[in-house]
Formats: sequence, structure tokens, C-alpha cells
Amino acid sequence: MNAPVSLTTPAVSVDIEGVNLSYGSNHVLRDVNLAIEPGEFFAFLGPSGCGKTTLLRLIAGFNHADTGRVAIGGQDISSLPPWKRDVGMVFQSYALWPHMSVRRNVAFGLEERGVKRAEIDRRVEAALGLVGLGHLAERRPSQLSGGQQQRVAVARTVAVEPKVLLLDEPLSNLDAKMRVQVRRELRELQQRLGLTTIFVTHDQEEANSICDRIAVMNDGIVQQVGTPMELYERPANLFVAGFLGTANILKGRVIGSGAERCFEIEGGVKFPIGDGAAVPDGAALVFRPQHASLVEPAGSQEGALSLPCIIANREFLGASVRYGARIGSAEVAVDMPFQSGRELFEVGSEARLKLAQGALHWLSA
Amino acid sequence: MTVVPSLTPPRARRIAATPGQIALALAIAAFLLMFLVLPVATVIYVAFTEKGTSTFTLVNFYDFFRTELFMRSLWNSFYVSAMSVVWASVFALPLAYLTTRFVFRGAAIVQTLGFLPLIMPPFVGAVAMQLFFGRNGSVNLLLDDWFGFKIDFMEGLNGVIFVQSIHYFPFILINLSAALRNVDRAMEEAAQNLGSSGFRLFRRIVFPLAMPGYLAGASLVFVKVFDDLATPLLLNVKDMLAPQAYLRVTSIGIADPMGYVISVVLIVASVAAMWLSARALKGRDYATTQRGGGGLAKRVMTPWEAVLGYGVVILILALVLAPHLGLLLLSFATIWSFSPLPDGFTVAHYARVFGESSVYIKNTLIYASLAGGIDIVLGVAIAYLVLRTKLIGREWLDWMATAALAIPGVVLGIGYLRTFYGVTLPDGTPLASLWITIVLALAIRRLPYALRACYAALQQISVSLEEAAENLGATKSRTVRRIVVPLMAGGILAGFVTSFSTAAVELSATLMLVQSNSDAPLAYGLYVFMQSAAGRGPGAALGIVAVILVAACTFLSHLIIERSQKAKGLGH
Repeated sequence: MNAPVSLTTPAVSVDIEGVNLSYGSNHVLRDVNLAIEPGEFFAFLGPSGCGKTTLLRLIAGFNHADTGRVAIGGQDISSLPPWKRDVGMVFQSYALWPHMSVRRNVAFGLEERGVKRAEIDRRVEAALGLVGLGHLAERRPSQLSGGQQQRVAVARTVAVEPKVLLLDEPLSNLDAKMRVQVRRELRELQQRLGLTTIFVTHDQEEANSICDRIAVMNDGIVQQVGTPMELYERPANLFVAGFLGTANILKGRVIGSGAERCFEIEGGVKFPIGDGAAVPDGAALVFRPQHASLVEPAGSQEGALSLPCIIANREFLGASVRYGARIGSAEVAVDMPFQSGRELFEVGSEARLKLAQGALHWLSA
Repeated sequence: MTVVPSLTPPRARRIAATPGQIALALAIAAFLLMFLVLPVATVIYVAFTEKGTSTFTLVNFYDFFRTELFMRSLWNSFYVSAMSVVWASVFALPLAYLTTRFVFRGAAIVQTLGFLPLIMPPFVGAVAMQLFFGRNGSVNLLLDDWFGFKIDFMEGLNGVIFVQSIHYFPFILINLSAALRNVDRAMEEAAQNLGSSGFRLFRRIVFPLAMPGYLAGASLVFVKVFDDLATPLLLNVKDMLAPQAYLRVTSIGIADPMGYVISVVLIVASVAAMWLSARALKGRDYATTQRGGGGLAKRVMTPWEAVLGYGVVILILALVLAPHLGLLLLSFATIWSFSPLPDGFTVAHYARVFGESSVYIKNTLIYASLAGGIDIVLGVAIAYLVLRTKLIGREWLDWMATAALAIPGVVLGIGYLRTFYGVTLPDGTPLASLWITIVLALAIRRLPYALRACYAALQQISVSLEEAAENLGATKSRTVRRIVVPLMAGGILAGFVTSFSTAAVELSATLMLVQSNSDAPLAYGLYVFMQSAAGRGPGAALGIVAVILVAACTFLSHLIIERSQKAKGLGH
């Protein structure tokens, strides 16, 4: 084996401080503060129009903040033009230049940096080898499949050994099967290079499966930052709760006090509030469908919270069955594992909804 | 009739053509054969046969290549065409780049004014350019006064190059601008992200991606200049190919083979230029606009860039508008000679134009309308046959009609003369001397443009709209009439206007075919006027009338198209 070209540089941090950006009256980013650790695989996750791509392009230098700064490795880069920033970006459309071969695409950034020809050749080989496309170097981008194009775009970016790797929805132009494969490859590549990487996506599954930490964004505001598990288990607000996975969100108000304190939702159904649980004013009750269960109306009422309900609808999802259970005027989703042989609840029948106290969260509405 | 599931490819369901479609295709084929293929074939046939006999010979070509005048003309034509492309690029590149790449005040005005030269025949501009840039034109008089020297803008071939490049540069501007606008913004950003900027970015990424547009425009300019007859003639440059063909046929006679040999050389050069550009473009159709922001990112210029940018644009626009301004001045001038500006002003020329010369305007309106009408009927029919039927050989109709692009006007004119002069009407008048031949020549010349417009319009209409009509009981011909044509209306109108406005100022073919002044169109009248010093005033007035006519039609159609697009909810 030849001595491999490593293509690695020491990982650096990315700090975004007090960034605001508006287009006219449209406030796209509001006071964004993020500290991304060296070598971290970090995601900006949110629905379209939430500002995640704008924030990514701001780091690359294609957008300019009204206030605040972006620092890479502690050095403020806010005033640098895109071509002096040394952050590598993989574009959503890949943006491979159709008039150049794969090799020339990958060599481009090195040529612009005035790297010597022999060194360029070595690094192009290394970058294409890294994504497993060394044999397609002489092809035109139009002769490659979507997955191959995506890898060329990655190779072109890592060949210049950027300080930070930015991925703008890199999987969105691939079919479902390729997506799973390519996202694993991306994760492996990132681990091997140890490169600080920021990944923009609207797909929570993508973000959950490969990222160390996620910033959930909506309306130009960073809603919450955390590991995928933290976000799922302890969402900071209703948006995060609703955006990551399915959540039952029931609005209502606190009544009574002391041991009698409980949460009344519309329709008059009451949920007892455990000791010491802090419930904000104007709160909403949140729980996941799989944290609730259904039992026969005559079943045991011990332990958990138990409420009478009526089955409003039923969907078979494969591994589980999702019921719509009506309590009072509200309808909640309940996931029950599917086991062959076990009887299902019929639509229209009565049942009892059981909830463990620990599964309930109260969030500001 | 059973309803076929919509999954079937749209064409597959039309297994056989109806008798009506076959009849239509045959009629179109007959028309094209008669008025395009036959005249051109005749020209080629005559070039390769001995004079007066039908024996095959190459001696005519031998004579051509042996004659010093013809070889010089050939070289001059190449030189002038190539230099016109160079200068047209010099004018078009900054305008295209600045208006698409930067936040540029008046970008729309620049793009619109850029079209302006096209609505005036180049030879009309030539006269006005003489007045501004000629040896004793305004610019040289001033230069001589202030600095004591003159520049030979308009001497000999320089004049032709100057006039042609100013006239035809919009072809490059339009195509290049469109190509630049179609470059995906991410293409440019990816290069910036990898460390490229400024002129290197333009040279390595942006321009190569826009290259197809540039080549398309440049080859068009080359062919147009190579084929143009009237501009060199009016500038008194006779040693170029197209003028030589015209002069041989008109002065020596219709039987002289040299005119035909030159015609063949003209066709070969046209075809070669188009073939070369098509070859260069092969596999380079970078439709790079993808979702997520098309077009180059527009940048705000720094103050210095702005000064430079606006300076360049204003200078170019001044040059481009010079012929129009000159023509306008000339049309109101009493005497304008050896002075930077006319001595006095009058409206007498307009009175004369609208009085005795109004026949030219009337003829032009009739000819151009008829030609435009023929073109859209043929265009819609061919587009429909090609896109919506399985008729065998239907593509040939498209190819034949499009081949007219490669036939220079002067060649078509010569072909018509030769082919139809022998054909006489019952009363003994030769067919070639009737005004309808002029209309037919114009229609054939402009057909490719109208066809492309109709083609594009039909392609945008989903087949399912027609299937829905047929499903509800409409026959094919009623579907075409009630669904297809109304939906194509905008495209058809665009095709008509392109045909009409270019036919209105066409001269190359008509110069050959006009037999009497009373049958002459406006362009011919212009040409006659412009040849004498006394006729320049009325000629200029007539030119202004032509410009206004064409501009008004174009503007009107633009309004109508926009409105109909909006009504159909196709606009934004």
C-alpha cells in the first residue's frame, strides 16, 4: 500500500455569536448563538423556511449577518469573502461543473490555491479514493449516477482540506435506499477525517441517525440544542416536541393546589400533577404515543394514571398499531406493539388509557 | 373509443394517422418542395452544369477559383464576417455580463435597447453611420478640428464590419444573456467556496457554462454577415461574395453560371458555420439551472466598478443607437454635408414618404402580414404533425422547413428567378415577376423562426388536455381548433410577429424579385432612395417609419402575449 495522503487537518470549533439577519422586514435569523465543538457532527434541523440553510450559507460567506459574528477556530471570519474562508461546502444540487471531468472538478480548488501539480494529482487521487470513485476520474458528471455525483461533490470539497465541512441537504436528491447508505458513508468519512461538520436537513431521522448534536430551528430562532436523545426525551418547547417524532399535545390549565393539584384539558378531563412537577402558566401536556397504552375497560386501575376513552380510529403501521383514543373532546395517539394473535381494539369500543406519571411533560404553550 | 390509461406514453396511442393528417402533411411537403427545395436545387444544378446544356461539369467552379476577383471576394466575406463576430462580441460581452451579473440600474433598458438595431435593416443604418463616422462625418470632422486627424471607421471593409457588428451584436447579447441567466447560482458559489473569485471565476466557470449561448449567437452573426447583400452594396463594397452573386445575375444575366457558383459557395459557408457551431455544442447542453435559486448571484458594484461599468455601457449604447439617431436627424434634415449636424430641419421628407411613397408602406404591410400568416399556419401544422402524430417521415417536414435557415436570401432570390421565370401565367406574364413570389420568398425565409415559436408553444401543452377533450367527444380537428390553438395563441402570435417584423425589413431576397416600383416593399424603396444623395432625406424618413412600424408591432404583441399568459394563469 502506498503511503496514504491523510487529507486531515486539526479539527476546529465553530462559534456563532449573536447573529441576526433580515431581508427587508423578513427576519430570517434571530439572535442565533451556537458553539460547535471541534470534530463534532452537528445538524441544523428544521422545517423549510426556518433559516437553517441561510445560517449555513452565512458560515460559508454567501450571506451576511446584520449583527453578530462567526468564528472558526476562535478566529472571526465575518468579514472574509467566501473564497478566503476555507470552509468546504457540499451543495444541495452538488453543483458539479458539467464542462469539466470528475478529476478536473476535484482538482479545481487545489488549482485555485496554487498547489503544485504533483501535489494536486496526489490529493485528487486521495480524495477520489476516499469516496471510492478513483476509477471514474475521467468521466463527466452527467455520466454518473446521483449517488456518485454526490460523492464527487464531497471529494471535491474535502480535497482542499477545509477547516469545516458544510453539507446542505446532501441526501435530498437521492432515493430512499441510497439515502440510508450515503448517510452512513458520510458519517464514516467524517469520523475518519475528524472534520468539524455541519449538516443541514429537514429530516429528523437523518439528523438523529448520524449527528452528535442537533440545533432545532424554527422561525429563524434556535429552539433547542442537544443530542438526539436529549431532544426527544426532554423537548424544551412544543415546537421541538412536535417536530421530533409524534407527540400528543393537550392544552389546558392548572386547577386546585397541593395534593389536589391537577391539569384540566378542554372537555373537563383531569390529569393529576405529580409532586414537585413544575407546570408553567398556560401550559400544554405532552406525551409520546408509545408511552401510553390501552387496556380493557374492566382492566386494572392500579399504579399508573388511567382514563376511560373511546377508540376513534386505528391504523396498522407494521411493528405497531396506532390508535386514536378520544378522551373528553380531545383525541390522542397511542401506539401498541403489534403481536400476531393478540386481539385489537375495535373502532367505537371503550377502553382505558394508561399513562405512567414519568411519561408526562408540561411545556409552555 | 376506449380510454387508454394515462400511463401509456403520449405518442404511442396514436397508431395510425388520419387521412386528414396525411393530406395536410403532403400539402406542406409539396409547398416546401416547390418553393424551397426546387429553387435551391435548381441553383445547385445550374452551378454544376455546362451553360445552356445539362452536362455535369466542374468547370464553373474551376473558373470561380481561378478568378482573382472571386477569390478576393471570398476572402473578404470571411474576413468581414469573422471580424464582425469579434466586434459584436466586444459590444455584447460587457452588456451581457454587467446586466446579468450585477445589480445594474437600467438592466432592462440595456437589454431592450440592445434589441433595437435588429428592427432596422443594417443597410439603412449604414447611411446614417456614414454621416456620423464617415470620412467627412460628424466624428471625424470634430476629431480633425480638435486633434488634426481622422479615423477610417467607414473605409472599405472597415465600414461593413462596423455597421454589421453594431447591427447584429444583439444575437450574441440575447443568447449569451439567456445562457448566463441559466447558469445555476450554486455552480458559481461552489467555485467561490473552493477559493475562486473575480475574473478567474468568470473565465473558468461562468463563461464556459455560458459558452453554448455564446456560440449560438456568434455563429448566427457570422452567417448573417456572410449572407448580407445590401449593406456592402450601399457602402459601395462590391468585392464580397453576396454582392458579386447579385451583380453577376443582374448585370450579366440570369443564364451566367457564376452567380450560381457563388450561391453554392454561400450555401456551403452557411451550412459549414452552422455545422461547426452545432458540433462544438454537442454534449454541452448544460441545462444547469436546478432547484434552489437559478441565475448568477447579483452583486452590488463598488463605486469604481460602477463608474467603469456605466461608462462602458453608455459608450456601447451610444454606438448602437448612433444609426437610429443619425437616421432620425437625416429624416428631418434639409442639407447635411460636411458638418457635424444638419444645416436646418424640415418635415418635407415625411410628407413625400406618406404621399407618393406610401405604396411602399402599403406593400410592406401586405407582404409581411401574408408571409407571417403563411408561416404560422405552416408552423402550427408542422409542430402538430411532429409532436402529436406518428406519421412516418414527419420529422422531414421540420428539417426541410428549418433548412431554410441555411439558405442565404440572395440565393433564394436567384433560385426563384431561375425556376419561376420560365413558368408563365395564361396571359404570358412570368410567375417570377408577380408580387406573390416576393411573399412566398419572405414566408420561406422566415418559416424557421415561426416554426420554433409554434413548436415551443405546443410542447408546453400537456397531451392530457387534448385527451380530455377527445374523451368528452371532440374529434381531432375540433380538439385542435377548440383546445390546442387557443392554448398556443401566445406562441403563435410571437411567431407571427417575428416573421412579420423581420420580413418587413428583409431585402436580400426581395432585391432580386422586385420587378416594378409599384410592387416594391419598404426595404426596397429604402434601398432605392439611399442610393442617391437627394433621396437620403426621404429614405431616412421611410426608415424611421419602418422602425416605428416594427417596434410598435413588437410592443403590441408583447402586451397581448403578457395579457393572455396572465389570463391563463401561466405568468407569475
